[in-house]
Amino acid sequence: MKLLAANRLIDGVAVWLGPDGTWVEDITKAEIVRDKEGEAKLEKLGQEAVAKNIVLDIELIDVEIVNGALRPLRLRERIRAMGPSIHPEIGKQATKRSVSLV
Amino acid sequence: MYRYDEFDHAFVKARVAEFRDQVERRLAGDITEDQFKPLRLMNGVYLQLHAYMLRIAIPYGTLSSRKLRMLAHIARTYDKGYGHFTTRQNLQFHWPALRDIPQILEDLASVEMHCIQTSGNCIRNVTADHLAGAAADEVADPRPYAEILRQWSSLHPEFSFLPRKFKIAVTAAERDRAAVQVYDIGLHLKKDAAGRLGFTVYVGGGLGRTPILARKIRDFLPEEDLLSYTTAILRVYNLYGRRDNKWKARIKILVHELGAEAFAAQVEKEFAELREGELKLPEKDLRAIQAYFAPPALPARPEGDALVVREAAADPGFAAWLKRNIHTHKNPDYASVTVSLKGIGEVPGDISADQMDAVADLAEAYACDEVRVSHEQNLILPHVARADLKVVYDKLVEVGLATPNAGLVTDIICCPGLDYCALANARSIPVAQQIALRFADLARQEEIGDLKIKMSGCINACGHHHVGHIGILGVEKKGAELYQVTLGGSGDENATLGEIIGRGFGPDEIVDAVETIVETYLSLRQDKNEDFLAAYRRLGPAPFKEALYGSEAKAA
Repeated sequence: MKLLAANRLIDGVAVWLGPDGTWVEDITKAEIVRDKEGEAKLEKLGQEAVAKNIVLDIELIDVEIVNGALRPLRLRERIRAMGPSIHPEIGKQATKRSVSLV
Repeated sequence: MYRYDEFDHAFVKARVAEFRDQVERRLAGDITEDQFKPLRLMNGVYLQLHAYMLRIAIPYGTLSSRKLRMLAHIARTYDKGYGHFTTRQNLQFHWPALRDIPQILEDLASVEMHCIQTSGNCIRNVTADHLAGAAADEVADPRPYAEILRQWSSLHPEFSFLPRKFKIAVTAAERDRAAVQVYDIGLHLKKDAAGRLGFTVYVGGGLGRTPILARKIRDFLPEEDLLSYTTAILRVYNLYGRRDNKWKARIKILVHELGAEAFAAQVEKEFAELREGELKLPEKDLRAIQAYFAPPALPARPEGDALVVREAAADPGFAAWLKRNIHTHKNPDYASVTVSLKGIGEVPGDISADQMDAVADLAEAYACDEVRVSHEQNLILPHVARADLKVVYDKLVEVGLATPNAGLVTDIICCPGLDYCALANARSIPVAQQIALRFADLARQEEIGDLKIKMSGCINACGHHHVGHIGILGVEKKGAELYQVTLGGSGDENATLGEIIGRGFGPDEIVDAVETIVETYLSLRQDKNEDFLAAYRRLGPAPFKEALYGSEAKAA
């Protein structure tokens, strides 16, 4: 399972491609795809958004569902989804606690 | 302190206007990211995991209260209320929005600061001994030479697109506090038999993927030849340095592959052409730059001696702080103070906007308006009357900056790691925090004595782990964090690279491993005067391997 990560051009904030083609700040609201066709679709939409100067550095990342909760496979992406692990009061984790860092 | 002249002001102002236009065009979609990226990097703007990162140059680590207050203002207004001092004496903000960066640069320019050449394959911010101009053991202030190098290297047309980035450090004391032997060029200011000032020149040092100590290529370079000789080095590098492979592009690889003697011969040949040319520093210009760094007027304050003794007897916390965080000043009535940014359990090198303001206030009131950034990620108040030490200490206590741990096991150098950095493979800050908490007891820290732990979250080694007495490198293995330990490294005048001690440790094991290493040292040292590094050099790795890996080590 994959979803598409990027950073927003104007402020650099980590965002993910949502189901309706918008870019969401909450990774749990991102569109998850399960096959090559879905990946190609996300990449195409991502490249279009890059071309429109909405986001940059698009990247397909691996995720899984654990006990019903979304979990990026790599720690890097989990930290990106939540915020620096050393500052629970800063970053996305300050308002959203839906992704486990562990 | 150096003050911008009209040319400097106009130059930085023009650069801000240029970048404002570039950002506007980028946000309007007139230029692509591929076109914009090199432009933003030239202005210190990186993209990291959570946001952009802005790296601000602090030439030779010297700040005034005005500059520090501006950094506090930026932290509050455009960022999340804090900043991070780096091993390159710079400051990084981790959360600026691209749309705000032109205004941040304008604010910085108003206090004579900028972000130029804090990225890219150019000559980066020149670093120097953080005790420059204050230390009792220096032959002269190294900063005028660093400033000359800064002016010469700023937007240098020939050296703006080198094979790779290029870093220069200058020190002027026998005790090397600037780690010059791990720099592309390390300059050690000294006097010859006739009393003339000049440099021992080291070249080709560096950490990262291929750690190499610099080679000495000249015993004594007269001060007036600083720019012609440096130009000669850069020319040889620019011509022969590899551009086909990023990992082999630093000057250290060229010096290593060519051999230091052959490299030096090339430099000398180039230098012979340049020596009597326009790069020779005129005596008048040298003295003019030195005048900017004239020592501050330090009125006699002999009452300090008796006062400090009395105050230390009455306040054990102050006594402990005096023991670790004070450095001998040229003037016996004064001292240099280390403001520790290594509070137990805090993020190494981080400082809040309020703390920045507090340090700025102290600098203004008690330290001739000067603050320094050390490559060990602490701040320094270079000129404090000993009679004022107690009041400075009390005020630092109020803002949580009086941790008495300079040079102790909890004074850990640490890069931002995977909590922020897009290049990192593992987190470094949480490990540093856990080590500090494990060794929090001050009596235990003092019993252990001088011990430098340095830690990086990836092979690029921003945390200087190769030259840590105990070095820790975070890597990613099978999707998990793993920490490799090196022992016996040192970044001072007797620089050595640490040796990998064995297999790595998981996040739950690394603090125990460090404790085992420290306990092994304590049990084997000859006496308290033999510090960790000396003991390791005497003992070698075997007893540490045995303690860490037991029978596993024997089998290997």
